[in-house]
Amino acid sequence: MANWLDVASTLGIMAVAVALLMIGGHFDLSAGVMTGTTALTVGVVAVELGQNIWVAIAAALVLALAIGFLNGWLVTRTGLPSFIITLGTFLMLQGLNLGLTKLFTGTVQVRGLADVPGYHSAELVLASTISVFGQPFRIAIVWWLLLTAVASWVLLRTRFGNWVFATGGDEVASRNVGVPARRTTIALFMTTAGAAWLVGSITAVRLTSVQANTGTGQELIYIVAAVIGGCLLTGGFGSAVGAALGALIFGMTQQGIVYLNWDADWFYFFLGAMLLLAVLTNQLVRRYAEAARR
Amino acid sequence: MTGATRAGRERGTTDSGAPLLELRGIGKDFGSVIALDGISTAVRAGEVTCVLGDNGAGKSTLIKVLAGVHRPTRGQLLLDGSPVEFGAPRDALDAGIATVYQDLAMIPLMAIWRNFFLGSEPTTGWGPFRRFDATTARDVTRRELAAMGIDIRDPDQPVGTLSGGERQSVAIARAVHFGARVLILDEPTSALGVKQAGVVLRYIAQARDRGLGVVFITHNPHHAHPVGDRFLLLNRGRSMGDFAKGELTREQLTEMMAGGDELTELAEELERPPGDG
Repeated sequence: MANWLDVASTLGIMAVAVALLMIGGHFDLSAGVMTGTTALTVGVVAVELGQNIWVAIAAALVLALAIGFLNGWLVTRTGLPSFIITLGTFLMLQGLNLGLTKLFTGTVQVRGLADVPGYHSAELVLASTISVFGQPFRIAIVWWLLLTAVASWVLLRTRFGNWVFATGGDEVASRNVGVPARRTTIALFMTTAGAAWLVGSITAVRLTSVQANTGTGQELIYIVAAVIGGCLLTGGFGSAVGAALGALIFGMTQQGIVYLNWDADWFYFFLGAMLLLAVLTNQLVRRYAEAARR
Repeated sequence: MTGATRAGRERGTTDSGAPLLELRGIGKDFGSVIALDGISTAVRAGEVTCVLGDNGAGKSTLIKVLAGVHRPTRGQLLLDGSPVEFGAPRDALDAGIATVYQDLAMIPLMAIWRNFFLGSEPTTGWGPFRRFDATTARDVTRRELAAMGIDIRDPDQPVGTLSGGERQSVAIARAVHFGARVLILDEPTSALGVKQAGVVLRYIAQARDRGLGVVFITHNPHHAHPVGDRFLLLNRGRSMGDFAKGELTREQLTEMMAGGDELTELAEELERPPGDG
């Protein structure tokens, strides 16, 4: 059980943040590669520049928030689909990850994080294992549950949450009644980047070495998890708990196929089928809500 | 027609007290295109000012000027007799001018109470625990809708499940609740059936009776005449006259709206050739 929860936890952290962004009406294709960018930043600043790991983690946070801000700013400024804007940042980051890693280390990975100052405290917070009823659990699961709870509360019980639903539902209409739609969108992109930072730091500290291609290709998995959890692709509807459950289902399927000794190639078939089923169900929800127009 | 216009204007300025909102020679250009020119009228508390015009007459531009979306290129806006300038929709809202847009500025997938307080959510708690006061929001929504005579079964139902008339009334109740003194309604009856339109006209009268100045934008003289106290007629961005209720019969209003002679010509054209139909 600890195993599939572990898969679900890092995916879940991202899925929850991506769900908020999708409810707000946007996609972030750079979310996956950003976990790599932040992990590599932690590695390079700590190992290659010889800083305390906490300094490296802080530097990675600043970088992540800046990228998130840039994504949000470009999307709100140009009015172009976030799909295209973040596809651009995705490709740019992918190139930077590889190019800068090679520049600093001469190889395609950063290693030796276990020996930098402050590693043990960082490991305790981000990558330790706790035992519950004799079962080992990664601490990332705690982060995941915490984030899901906070995201849920923000979404359903704060003004900002109301603005997220409104911006995703109808941006022009919400701006007309005084919702700061631009700021909301930028904040959502920064939240996604912040989640990528958390996952990147967890990955870096847990593995103590980071590959330059870390996280690439994960961005679609986050979106799939959020959609399985009930997020509409068109925005304006969804939940944080749903996205967390989507990640859980994903983790269970991935591990379940291994335990059943099935060919792992089938995994993507099931994933696709689940996605399709989820999208059709979500469509019904939308129809219900918009059926009685007049 | 010029005579009528002048008479109307004079009456507008001789009535007792300063109007809530007054327009003096308002004009708006977009580049070299003149969208509005020389528009003057007044909105008084407890009165309904109807703005009538065909498509492209400049009704939408006029609303946007009043709502603070566009700055007028020429002319003056007076609020309680003193000149004002709105830089953003928020300024107009703060001055008590609420606009109910044709698309209603409501989010179909969101609950009624969430829509009702959208952009002006009440909060409770402090610091990082400051939260949307959902209990108050639900109660106030139910109360305000009841005060307008709207019976909503459940404020938690999505706005998308309401009928067009019900949505209009929610939007009007929202504007009234947020202290609007001037209520601008953009074509509130245009997409509705006869019965639903009647319901909305009743809400307009109710808002008027509560002492609001109402600007009712429509292209339907049959909807405008029963509730209107003043009628501003627009054609291609220009005023065709600003009349008080007593100066116009419904028939005159209809004829002016339809373009009078144009309609007669059209009728003749459509009837030909005689005996064939």
